[in-house]
Amino acid sequence: MDSLVIDIAVLVLAGFVGFAVISKVPNTLHTPLMSGTNAIHGIVVLGGLLLMSEAHGVLEQILLVIAVAFGTINVVGGFLVTDRMLGMFKSKPEPAKPEPDEPPDPEAGA
Amino acid sequence: MPLAGTVFLQTTNFIDACYIVAFGLMIYGMSGLTGPRTAVRGNQTAAVGMAVAVIATLLRKGEFHGSATVWLILAGVVIGTAIGVPAARNVRMTAMPQMVALFNGVGGGAVALIAWVEYRHAFAHGGLNQWALRVMIFELFGAIVGSISFWGSGIAFGKLQEIIPGRPIKLPGRAQSLLNLALLVIALGSAVVLCAGTHSQLLFIVGILVVSALLGNMLVLPIGGADMPVVISLLNAFTGLSAAATGVALSNPVMIVAGMIVGASGTILTDQMAKAMNRSVPAIIAGGFGGAVAAPAAASATGQTVRATSAADVAIQLSYARQVVVAPGYGMAVAQAQHAVRELERALEAKGVEVKYAIHPVAGRMPGHMNVLLAEADVPYDLLREMDDINPEFSRTDVTLVIGANDVTNPAAKNEPGSPIYGMPILEVDRSAAVIVLKRSMASGFAGIDNPLFYDPKTSLLFGDAKASVSEITAEVQAL
Repeated sequence: MDSLVIDIAVLVLAGFVGFAVISKVPNTLHTPLMSGTNAIHGIVVLGGLLLMSEAHGVLEQILLVIAVAFGTINVVGGFLVTDRMLGMFKSKPEPAKPEPDEPPDPEAGA
Repeated sequence: MPLAGTVFLQTTNFIDACYIVAFGLMIYGMSGLTGPRTAVRGNQTAAVGMAVAVIATLLRKGEFHGSATVWLILAGVVIGTAIGVPAARNVRMTAMPQMVALFNGVGGGAVALIAWVEYRHAFAHGGLNQWALRVMIFELFGAIVGSISFWGSGIAFGKLQEIIPGRPIKLPGRAQSLLNLALLVIALGSAVVLCAGTHSQLLFIVGILVVSALLGNMLVLPIGGADMPVVISLLNAFTGLSAAATGVALSNPVMIVAGMIVGASGTILTDQMAKAMNRSVPAIIAGGFGGAVAAPAAASATGQTVRATSAADVAIQLSYARQVVVAPGYGMAVAQAQHAVRELERALEAKGVEVKYAIHPVAGRMPGHMNVLLAEADVPYDLLREMDDINPEFSRTDVTLVIGANDVTNPAAKNEPGSPIYGMPILEVDRSAAVIVLKRSMASGFAGIDNPLFYDPKTSLLFGDAKASVSEITAEVQAL
């Protein structure tokens, strides 16, 4: 098969997989989903990495450095902020048997 | 002489295998987002997948051909990290919509810049050969969609950060739609001309990049602040699709898969947000909804009166209730009142009152905005109820506390066929025994529509800053 056909097949199948996976995400997690997908589309950084060794002239080098920087912002920032956010989602603690590793709540007495 | 091992690591087969592992990890990681318990691990798994993809790409033979390449890549990565890490660590949860808008934008911008370089390479050997044509088609798609996303996200950021007025800014009548259509036609026309083999970098810059930039601005400027959840989701989808297109142009499977996951995610969210507003995506994009500034005057003209109350009275009402439902909206985010609300919840729970939160899908400025704010304030996610779960409960609820929410509680959406928001699914707070609305003033919501809820005999209003009001109520509850 022509590689273009294969690539488009991957594109279509990935679209279906994406729909199947993402449609199960509950409303509660929609904001972390968005910041997580921000990180995932940081995959464009690969484009910058792949083309850098073929860059001719200063203009192309500048464009690609900016592209790599943008992609890195997405990847690093996206995964970090999602991690930070997901850490805030806590379930209601069981009043009968408190988790031993749960940090003491400074505002519990308020 | 490189070692045999390093030569193997640089073979295309090995790198392709890494790519497959990488997108496998990303898909598996994203499927962890189906529940708060598995989500942290899921996000980390996806990050490992991303790391595998990046490292595999750097292994590619010839990647380190010439030290300039290494330094340039390093420069880009260092700049990106220096911006990304502090931003991710310090951003407040109330500012997440802005952050996501910016992240959408830079992703789209990266795609457009890569497309520009690819355009220059496509003509490096004279005319377009078949391979170059294929690259061109997908890169031009990426360039158009990527720049729309970059500039559109910039405007969305400006509106959310209140640098640009949140009200719709548009040309009168149908002129705006016609202008947008014209811009789209020019961009597509330029793409066709370039693919036909015309070598003109000027046409690429003006016809593709500049025209798409204008289109991105023109698309988002007419859209009002309350419609931002749809806009952000749509721009997210755009960025994902443009990344996938770049992946096809570079014949890189992991870029294709990752881009499509984001495209699918953005599309699903856009669709859900539009449904939660009972409006079509094209109608939202056409813009101009809300911002009818005359509405407050019209409200007083009807001669209806509202009942103002005091924090002490609210505290008594809440303390003697069996069930209280809190319906938060964007006003809670603006006032940074989420921690105060959590304190009130605890004070009430100490008195044996059951407290739940009613979350409308489009409350706030992005999908899931309220959930994150309340999670930040340590509210357990089990207490947050989605609209369809909580609506049957309002008839059993003694008091509903509406904090900075307006349009999503407006009964006109159910009862008044003439209302602009008629048909929009709402939180049916008017079915509870009593309603207390915390409001800054009598101004209308972002949709600029009067809310009959405020004039309902069982509704009382507590005016003032939401955070101050909630803290005052909490103090009164604790004093009881």
